Amino acid sequence: MEILVCVRRVPDTSENEISLNRAGNDIERDELVYSINEADNYAVEEALQIVAKAGGNVTVVTVGGEDDEEVLRREMAMGAKQGVLLTDSSFDGSDGRCIAAILKAFVQMGNYDLILTGVQAEDGAAQVGGMLAAMLDYPFASVVNGIEVLDDRKLVISREVEGGNKEINETDLPCVLSIQTGINEPRYVGMRGIRAVASVPIQTYGAEELRLDAGHVGAAAAKVKRLDYFVAEVGGGAEMLDGDREQNVEKLVELLAAKGGLK
Amino acid sequence: MVGGIQSVSQLTSWLAQGRTLFFTIHILGITCFAYIVARRLAPLVRAERDPRFDRLFERAGRVLKFWLGQWKHPRYKTAGILHVLIFSGFILLALRAFTVLIVGVSPNFAMPGLSGEAGRVYETVTDYAATVVFLCMIFAIVRRLVFKPARYAVPARYGKAHTADAVFLLVLIAILMVADSLFEGAKAAAYAQEGAVTLATVGSLPWLFKTALASGSAATIGRLYFAGYLLHEITFYFLLCYRPFGIQFHVETSLFNVYFAKLDKGTLKPVRWGVTDDHLDQLKYFGVKRFEDFTWKHMLDFYSCADCGRCSDNCPANAVGRPLSPRFLSIKARDYAFRHYPMLGRSSDGQPLIGAIYSEDEIWSCTTCGACEEECPLLVEYIDKIVDLRRGMVEDGNVPQSLQKALKASESRGNPYGKMEKKRGDWANARSFQQICQVRTLDKKNGANTLFFVDSITSYDERMQSIGRATAKILEHAGEDFGILGGMEKDSGHEVRRFGEETLFAAVREHNANAIKASGATRIVTADPHAYNALKHDYTGVPPVEHISQFIARELNSGKIKFKPIENSGKVYAYHDPCYLGRHNLVYDEPRAVLDAIPGLKRVEMKRSRDRSFCCGGGGLMMFYEPKEEQRMGVKRVQMAAEAGANVIVTACPFCMANIEDAIKVAGLEGEMAAIDLAELADQQIVRQSPPAEPGRAIEIQPEFVVGR
Repeated sequence: MEILVCVRRVPDTSENEISLNRAGNDIERDELVYSINEADNYAVEEALQIVAKAGGNVTVVTVGGEDDEEVLRREMAMGAKQGVLLTDSSFDGSDGRCIAAILKAFVQMGNYDLILTGVQAEDGAAQVGGMLAAMLDYPFASVVNGIEVLDDRKLVISREVEGGNKEINETDLPCVLSIQTGINEPRYVGMRGIRAVASVPIQTYGAEELRLDAGHVGAAAAKVKRLDYFVAEVGGGAEMLDGDREQNVEKLVELLAAKGGLK
Repeated sequence: MVGGIQSVSQLTSWLAQGRTLFFTIHILGITCFAYIVARRLAPLVRAERDPRFDRLFERAGRVLKFWLGQWKHPRYKTAGILHVLIFSGFILLALRAFTVLIVGVSPNFAMPGLSGEAGRVYETVTDYAATVVFLCMIFAIVRRLVFKPARYAVPARYGKAHTADAVFLLVLIAILMVADSLFEGAKAAAYAQEGAVTLATVGSLPWLFKTALASGSAATIGRLYFAGYLLHEITFYFLLCYRPFGIQFHVETSLFNVYFAKLDKGTLKPVRWGVTDDHLDQLKYFGVKRFEDFTWKHMLDFYSCADCGRCSDNCPANAVGRPLSPRFLSIKARDYAFRHYPMLGRSSDGQPLIGAIYSEDEIWSCTTCGACEEECPLLVEYIDKIVDLRRGMVEDGNVPQSLQKALKASESRGNPYGKMEKKRGDWANARSFQQICQVRTLDKKNGANTLFFVDSITSYDERMQSIGRATAKILEHAGEDFGILGGMEKDSGHEVRRFGEETLFAAVREHNANAIKASGATRIVTADPHAYNALKHDYTGVPPVEHISQFIARELNSGKIKFKPIENSGKVYAYHDPCYLGRHNLVYDEPRAVLDAIPGLKRVEMKRSRDRSFCCGGGGLMMFYEPKEEQRMGVKRVQMAAEAGANVIVTACPFCMANIEDAIKVAGLEGEMAAIDLAELADQQIVRQSPPAEPGRAIEIQPEFVVGR
């Protein structure tokens, strides 16, 4: 099975102190450290586990610039056979739809049975996967937390629905799935693993190779424009329990039960 | 004819002449033993290299101390004394046993130097030795069967009890002693009937036999004499050939295991012996994945384990119900070797060890506290094996998610918490603190004699920053020209390395070593024993490093530091030895000397102290690991302090502080028990000419949260 996983490099929320820049139109990007978007990492792991059982290859693709190669390398160190970077100055300023269009162009150059994305980029809107599926006219399932391959042409998919419940669906291949974190336990990749793939070439495609019309991607084509960033104000309303330990525990259990946190 | 009986070699029994019979048994026994040992050596030949052929005198000295001197044994009184008696018995009886064996084929043989008077003295001594060994066997059997010490129990997940095997071996040795004594006793009885005065060893086993046979017929004595000999012969060779199949193999291997034992505490085995750091990239993989990836010495450890259970009895992970028992780490590997390198047939390269004989949680459960190694009478090593297994797991990507985050953050931010590099020195740079104590940030242009290596937890964790501030104030008070690396410091990597991430460790080490070099410092002080151990043993080419407790002790002697009397006289202090200060680096006395220098301070010792200290739960990345356990190690430790009658636990390690403060809450002892770092306490007690703006920990910002937990 040929699997394509769409990944994205994002500022690591656990290792940055995110603040707004002076102009207030972006976050402060000096001294940020980046990593693979967490959900995408789960998607790559899932793809690797599928090919380990069903055979095939995993390709990881990202839309971005040279800096984004680092996440491709990390996922290649995990076991992805090929890393692909879709880069072109005309892609700058793309919105989710444009990204989906760029990915669609790449997908059509290949022959992928299954396309995975993370459920959402940490700085994104959880839209690319769905749009990509629509553009390709493929079936799409979101928030997937379990995949089982049925005789190589069908998938049984479990989706997370409200309240931690699961919904089980069946779908034909090819299809697009957005993967929820927690579907598996992604393997660790250390520096040594990354070094081992340091010299594996990364395929790079620009607008021309993808036969993309510059008018359909990038800032000019974007239909969503970002207007502002703001930091939520710290609200009040926290209830402090100030009895002794026994009383606090009792009160806490009572509150949790009352608010539906306990069943 | 000797006395009333023939020598065994000349006796003719049903089938053959004694000499022929015994010669055959000798040859058979020795051949079997040689074959068995050769098969046992098979995996060692295929193992990884391990250069331990250096420092001959040091090694010989350790043989004298730990093998011949049985140094570790009396740490367990009953079993220890029992073993020392048995061991001395065996050593004394060794020549006699060989003499007896040779007498079977050569009747007039006497060990050179042991004829005549010396021989009679030796015989007297060995008569009693055999008796003592016999009595020890009886005692040991009763102990095993009736008293059943808890540490010998085999938890269900590790299989069946080992009692039958242990008792079987004890019985065999008892039989050997009886056979030897019967032979000697019968011989003496025969002599006595001739009127010769023999065997004055009143009360010994041979004497008993001699006395019992005094009025027996010469024929009976002769038969018993022969029977005793034959029984000795058979039991001897049976034992010899049976020992390599179980725990008694240590009788043969212990000498070698002790001789080749690891010499340097606190150090870690390199990824692969003989492969320099520059060539590590060329290795196919790191660590131990298959049995053959262990070094030959580590395999010898498996063979040498005597199943005494002392390691696990002292293992904190085992004590709190984590799925780790060092004893079974060895036993399982030994059984693996026995299965895959059988006596007959081809050996088989087995499956990966993780998943087959070890579980991932088992290997992650170790805090590398070193209690097991400290206790092992045979000097079996565990930490290097655990780290090697972890290296293999890291290579395979088998790392728990909680640890992955901390490792990734150590890679991108230089600390496991993922905090910003530029904030590393904030604890020292806060204006309120700079007014009390100026801490310089060192670099190429701005150097100092002494570098205070702070490390991650003390830099970022708000509670532990107080330890950093106290340390800085002590250094300043002593007039030390010192500074910190600030944002140029990265995590020492001590746990990164011990969690198997060698490549990441090498990167932080290189970074830190360069930063330290640039600072121009000629020595390093730290308040973190993990950093201390890393800088001392894992780094090369950095200036000498000192723990703050050593610094204070020295400056107390020099008179630069003086303590005022303790104010609250109702407090009783107990010092908790951090593993990486105590066991791994033998710094036991300095922290105690510092405490004892405070006038009016009441100090008690916990039952488990110094080299038997009980790990608080582990430091560094261990704080990110979510172990499967019934109880926290820290809680046990806090209870031990309470038992000792203390109400303040003094630590000398920020990780101990984190674990113990947590544990005090979990144990419900808030208000009754407190914890303080040695540096904090010393800082409070220092006599200053003009007292600082505020005393001790008053400057501490109350922590809202503590990173890493």
